Amino acid sequence: MMKSNVSYPGQKRKEPISDTMLLMSITIGIFVVMYALAMIILKGGFLKPQMLFDMLNDNAYLIIISCSLTIVMITGSIDISVGSVTALVTMVDVMILNGNLHLFDGLQKALGVGDEFRIVFAAVMSLAIGLAFGVVQGYLIAYLEIQPFIITLAGLFFGRGMVTIISVDPQKAPQNLMDILQTRINMPLLGSPNKKGVIIPAHIEIGVVIALVILILVFILLRKFRLGRNFYAVGGNRQSALMLGVNVRRTRFLAHMLSGLLAGIAGFVFMMHVGAGNATNATASEMNAIATSIIGGTLLTGGVGNVIGTMFGVLTLTTIKAIVVTSGLRDPWWQSITTGAMLCFFILLQSVVLSRRGRGGFHLPPWLKKAEKKEGT
Amino acid sequence: MEKEIVLTMRGIYKSFPNVKALQNIDFTLRKGEIHALMGENGAGKSTLIKVLTGVYTKDEGEIRIDGINDPITVRSPQEAQNYGISTVYQEVTLCPNLTVAENMFIGRGNGKVVKWKEMEKKAGTLLESLGIPARPKQQLGSCSLAVQQMVAIARAVDTDCKVLILDEPTSSLDDKEVAMLFSLMRDLKDRGVGIIFVTHFLEQVYEVSDRITVLRNGELVGEYEIEKLPQVELVAKMMGKELESLSVIKKDASAASADKEPLYEAKNLSSSETKPFDFRIAKGEVNGFTGLLGSGRSESVRAIYGADRVTGGSVTMNGKPVKITSPKQAMKNGIGYLPENRRRDGIIADLSVRDNIILALQVMKGFFHPFSKAQAEAFADEYIKALDIKTASSDTPIKSLSGGNQQKVILARWLLTHPQYLILDEPTRGIDVGTKTEIQKLVLKLAEEGMSITFISSEIEEMLRTCSRLIVMRDRKIVGELTGDDLTQDHVMLTIAGGDK
Repeated sequence: MMKSNVSYPGQKRKEPISDTMLLMSITIGIFVVMYALAMIILKGGFLKPQMLFDMLNDNAYLIIISCSLTIVMITGSIDISVGSVTALVTMVDVMILNGNLHLFDGLQKALGVGDEFRIVFAAVMSLAIGLAFGVVQGYLIAYLEIQPFIITLAGLFFGRGMVTIISVDPQKAPQNLMDILQTRINMPLLGSPNKKGVIIPAHIEIGVVIALVILILVFILLRKFRLGRNFYAVGGNRQSALMLGVNVRRTRFLAHMLSGLLAGIAGFVFMMHVGAGNATNATASEMNAIATSIIGGTLLTGGVGNVIGTMFGVLTLTTIKAIVVTSGLRDPWWQSITTGAMLCFFILLQSVVLSRRGRGGFHLPPWLKKAEKKEGT
Repeated sequence: MEKEIVLTMRGIYKSFPNVKALQNIDFTLRKGEIHALMGENGAGKSTLIKVLTGVYTKDEGEIRIDGINDPITVRSPQEAQNYGISTVYQEVTLCPNLTVAENMFIGRGNGKVVKWKEMEKKAGTLLESLGIPARPKQQLGSCSLAVQQMVAIARAVDTDCKVLILDEPTSSLDDKEVAMLFSLMRDLKDRGVGIIFVTHFLEQVYEVSDRITVLRNGELVGEYEIEKLPQVELVAKMMGKELESLSVIKKDASAASADKEPLYEAKNLSSSETKPFDFRIAKGEVNGFTGLLGSGRSESVRAIYGADRVTGGSVTMNGKPVKITSPKQAMKNGIGYLPENRRRDGIIADLSVRDNIILALQVMKGFFHPFSKAQAEAFADEYIKALDIKTASSDTPIKSLSGGNQQKVILARWLLTHPQYLILDEPTRGIDVGTKTEIQKLVLKLAEEGMSITFISSEIEEMLRTCSRLIVMRDRKIVGELTGDDLTQDHVMLTIAGGDK
């Protein structure tokens, strides 16, 4: 009843919601409904805030590589190497923390710093590896115009192969360093009582903070910065973007570079969470990242997407998995099946929503007709 | 009233391998005028535009623009923009996923941060001053095509534009939208922008332009004030015929065929590409569609053949109602179609001459009942001989044949199916004169034997020589039908141009 289509002169018109915002709102809505239903029906862990925080703790790295995928997918490209880069970085970081890499061992002695300083080495190395992948892949894709799928598929195999070369056996990081890295940020107010009635404070890990900071930075980049808007332009229509004066090659290069860099950070965050390097770390996580981006409203065709949506994509995906597990379907294939079904559902939903929007076609909207009449009289 | 000149092109030459696309073209644009650039397909309009906007580099000649003393060299569209030459293309080259304001400002200026408020305010002011009904925050994709085009123009104008090139801007707009675009063009004209208007819609040219430059076959025909060039003369200039000197070609009065009862009759036939039209052809009649490029002649025959999505109308053949919505149904009803674009729609380049010849018949027989090799050989040899197709053997791949012989192979393909009705869309384009005459003779012979044929050609003489009835189209509508004594070049051109205008 409050809705009124009559506009008065001087009154600001409310713009129809954009495709990006529309798809994102749908995802957020579905997540909220799903989580609420889980709280009502399944109860148990879902009533404790820690359930949500654990989802974040377990999936901080996924949030980061999902940001990678959202960025490259907005430009109409794809990067499936991020999972392997994550695994490679994790392994290298663990080796550094263990003092197994002579270069850093020597450097540490030369500088005369303690073992804690190895964390800095690991962080720098994480960024370097991610950046290296991003730069090489970005160059091949943007400047030599090779199919992004092929290039990043090569990156996927290469990265995973490197992990195995470094160590076939799982490597564990030293406990004293892990104690530092796994520092918990406690939130007593959100805690819940255990069986003995003692309040256990809710906690998140540092990795979650890193992931959220990155999320906000990427959000600002995409919204406020010229580069971010160029990502959208290139993804919307590459030819048009070129004609409009956007440096398309540079834009695509930077998107892939950023994607690699974020994957490096994701590797560090993953290492912080698991504390061990393993050849099977983060396997197929690039596929999860694609799924979460799509669920969050990013279109594979490019030009539409938003990291806030992606964030909720991650939450939706992990909530579904948690629901499956707490419902008693503990075999891992149930998670795969539900993930697949959900992805299908979201893509269907998106295409239905977008095609319904587009159905108006090129008819003049009513307000425009009004304007014309005014001119005529 | 002599106005200031903003752009001069002198003695422009441009050639591509084997083609002289532009020869000694002069072009001048005044401040605040709308200057139409006209010409048939291949006249050199787009080449000239591309030379001006830096997509191509000219071989010779000079371009001067107001405000710069030396002749300029334009190497890229960006450079052209810096000189104040902006282009709005037929297809909208904006990003539909961004807002209107972003589309107007993206890729321009410096600075790393997008100042949304400022950008939207500027965009709003500009849109308002130009009377463009779009809001800065609106997603571009939600605007109508016309408005998108106008946003593109607004963007172009905002970059301190002296010369605005509109390349076929109206081809996908409806009448109302065209009117909106024209009022914007007039507004810009009053502000002193020189507008080059490329279009193939004659009426639109006369509605909005001040002067016309006509090109033909890469050469300059002339530059005219709009009042001094009646529409019919413009058509004559575009087609390369001086109206006064036209020799009237007498056609045998075989128009009696029109009285015969129709073999094929369509009422209100329409497809995704055409407006509804009526059409009929009698047994043994040769008729033709004529009109300028883009007038809808090919689209009409494609609708008859079911090659485009048929959207309505009723069709009867031999008095019985039939449904033709796909090429296969058309073939089943004895209709053959030789497409306009031989290379794309006609030949299958890597298959042998034989396989190309038997293709249509094979389709009708069904692929699960292949012809024996001996049978296929016999068919192929028969037609290679009958049509005098110059090929080493029937095994030769068709791509190694000359254009004329390829065309004969396609013709053989249809003749083999013994169609009742054959549609030939530009069967003689790009082939040598000898073969051309052969094909024309063949058409008349087939008609004598009782086949109905619809013939389309850009060359009016050819149409007059073969057709006993001409259907004239303009702007996607049938505007006249000529038979008997009316079949003269004068009459055809008058009808194309729109009567006495």
